[in-house]
Amino acid sequence: MDLYEYQGRDLFERHGLPVLAGGVATTPEEARAIAERLGGRVVVKAQVKVGGRGKAGGVKLAEGPDEAVARATDILGMDIKGHTVHKVMITVTADVAEEYYFSYLLDRANRTFLCIASVAGGMDIEQVAAETPDKVVKAPIDAVKGVDEAKAREIVTAAGFPAEVADQVVEIAVGLWQAFVAEDATLVEVNPLAKNGDGRMLLLDAKISLDENAAFRHPDHEALVDQAAVDPLEQAAKAKDLNYVKLDGEVGIIGNGAGLVMSTLDVVAYAGERHGNVKPANFLDIGGGASAAVMANGLEIVLSDPAVKSVFVNVFGGITACDEVANGIIQALALLEQRGEQVTKPLVVRLDGNNAEAGRAILDSANNPLVQRVDTMDGAAERAAELAAAGV
Amino acid sequence: MAIWLTKDSKVIVQGMTGSEGSKHTRRMLAAGTNVVGGVNPRKAGQKVDFDGTELPVFASVADAMAETGADVTVIFVPPQFTKAAVVEAIDAAIPLAVVITEGVPVHDTASFWAYNVAQGERTRIIGPNCPGIASPGASNAGIIPADITGSGRIGLVSKSGTLTYQMMYELRDIGFSTCVGIGGDPIIGTTHIDALAAFEADPETDAIVMIGEIGGDAEERAAEFIKANVTKPVVGYIAGFTAPPGKTMGHAGAIISGSAGTAEAKQAALEAVGVKVGKTPTETAKLMREIMSGS
Repeated sequence: MDLYEYQGRDLFERHGLPVLAGGVATTPEEARAIAERLGGRVVVKAQVKVGGRGKAGGVKLAEGPDEAVARATDILGMDIKGHTVHKVMITVTADVAEEYYFSYLLDRANRTFLCIASVAGGMDIEQVAAETPDKVVKAPIDAVKGVDEAKAREIVTAAGFPAEVADQVVEIAVGLWQAFVAEDATLVEVNPLAKNGDGRMLLLDAKISLDENAAFRHPDHEALVDQAAVDPLEQAAKAKDLNYVKLDGEVGIIGNGAGLVMSTLDVVAYAGERHGNVKPANFLDIGGGASAAVMANGLEIVLSDPAVKSVFVNVFGGITACDEVANGIIQALALLEQRGEQVTKPLVVRLDGNNAEAGRAILDSANNPLVQRVDTMDGAAERAAELAAAGV
Repeated sequence: MAIWLTKDSKVIVQGMTGSEGSKHTRRMLAAGTNVVGGVNPRKAGQKVDFDGTELPVFASVADAMAETGADVTVIFVPPQFTKAAVVEAIDAAIPLAVVITEGVPVHDTASFWAYNVAQGERTRIIGPNCPGIASPGASNAGIIPADITGSGRIGLVSKSGTLTYQMMYELRDIGFSTCVGIGGDPIIGTTHIDALAAFEADPETDAIVMIGEIGGDAEERAAEFIKANVTKPVVGYIAGFTAPPGKTMGHAGAIISGSAGTAEAKQAALEAVGVKVGKTPTETAKLMREIMSGS
């Protein structure tokens, strides 16, 4: 889960890291209240999870509460690269003398964490790394030992931070690591890490990603989810413990196992190239069990997407037997009928693996006019795409 | 001979008395796996009956190894306790730990991996969030269905569970030496490269199927490894060509971030080193079939 800048600022503040005083507003009047509380000149910043908002006019100075209201009015509702601005962060201003860069992130390739630090901050670090690689330090962090003062000093020295800020940066590096671990983050990026005119270091921006697998030890992280930005179908699926991702196509997809479902999306997209360019409408992994209730919940979500014109149920019976899956599909359709759902979209079902013959026989004898059985994954994808194209 | 798991492997189960653990212990036994016991400190000294096979419960991995000579552990404990379970396995220096558990925080995985490295990597870790390892006809450690295919001379390494099963099924008439599901998490113990190296060295493996998916650059690094070190034919499959950037596709690690981790880049890297990449699982199986039949 990626956080907004204001959530990152709050998180840093909670962990005792130096940030600018500020608050978040969803209306111009809230912006006024924050500006009054802060006093003096403030910055109004659009809260969007995309870069380049300064250039897009999403960051403005305001000389006091009245101007803060005007700037917030301008920025709220603005579209920045397809992201509508629903919130603005108001902070006091900084008198920036120098801009540096500091981050911790997951290093998948080396199965550890990485610290990236640079005295060339305030710009895109990938660009700095490409143009002046000697200005970027990448230090692997041992996940057990972490970052203590000695490790932090080693990084600060290697990155060439000026002597007058070194002690402060060491302290920030240790504190930031502690926050990174305590919050189960996979990324904390501070760009810029700034030296203020008075010599004080400040974390002026926050880019943070949190590990959703660690939610069980962070009940507070749930509140950081921006419910308004979550697709309603994804939200409904999550409430039913389904692993669903909304996509922009016409063929609903239900399968078991993340890899197989991902593969199903591809196979359907290839088939769609021959049938009106239809595409997968969603990713939905119903997991190993595929009971009638889970299948019914999955079908309900997929069928409630108005863009869906046909559904492809692609199951490989591994541990689950295909006869159970077939019964699940038939029962799911009955269950939906009981719930008052009128199912009218065609279902193409492919069953393979454990007890596939028995499963296919069950589907055949049920003789449901909506259910079509195709024995291969590629053939079934072709049929589902064809039906979707005909239904568009 | 297969890789890492043979008919002589003695398997224990951490979390054997839990619902998933007991279900799969029963299945592993039915598949002919030599399961010799389980670990649960609260139930140490008890015996658990699996359809007539009585398995002892030990207080720790070290105890289980001392009593039974176990050399493989399969871990089914919930995510909250997975790190402690793996650390215990590492402390006991068991040669192979298969971590089935899904949903392990990446800080925990990074931490037990760093600990394993610090101990000299005495333990091979497969997973977490993986289906395990199966050497058909010999032994099965994890949740891979044992009856899809018999033994043969193809090696299979995959990030995905069901795609592993699909591929085993497609090529069931030829058969497999060993199938390894390495899992789709951002940090995993055993990599594609580890499996490729082991299959290359295994006299009972003639060709290798490698299944990857979007996210990270493991497939690109595997391609470099194949170029320098693998003489046996390799065919590949990558899932996720149509996945949009920024959306996690089921596996925690299956995400395209910026321009990194795309299926196109992975396919290009593999093809550049002579690996044939199938467009669909079925086409991939066909490519392997051609290799095995010498055409």
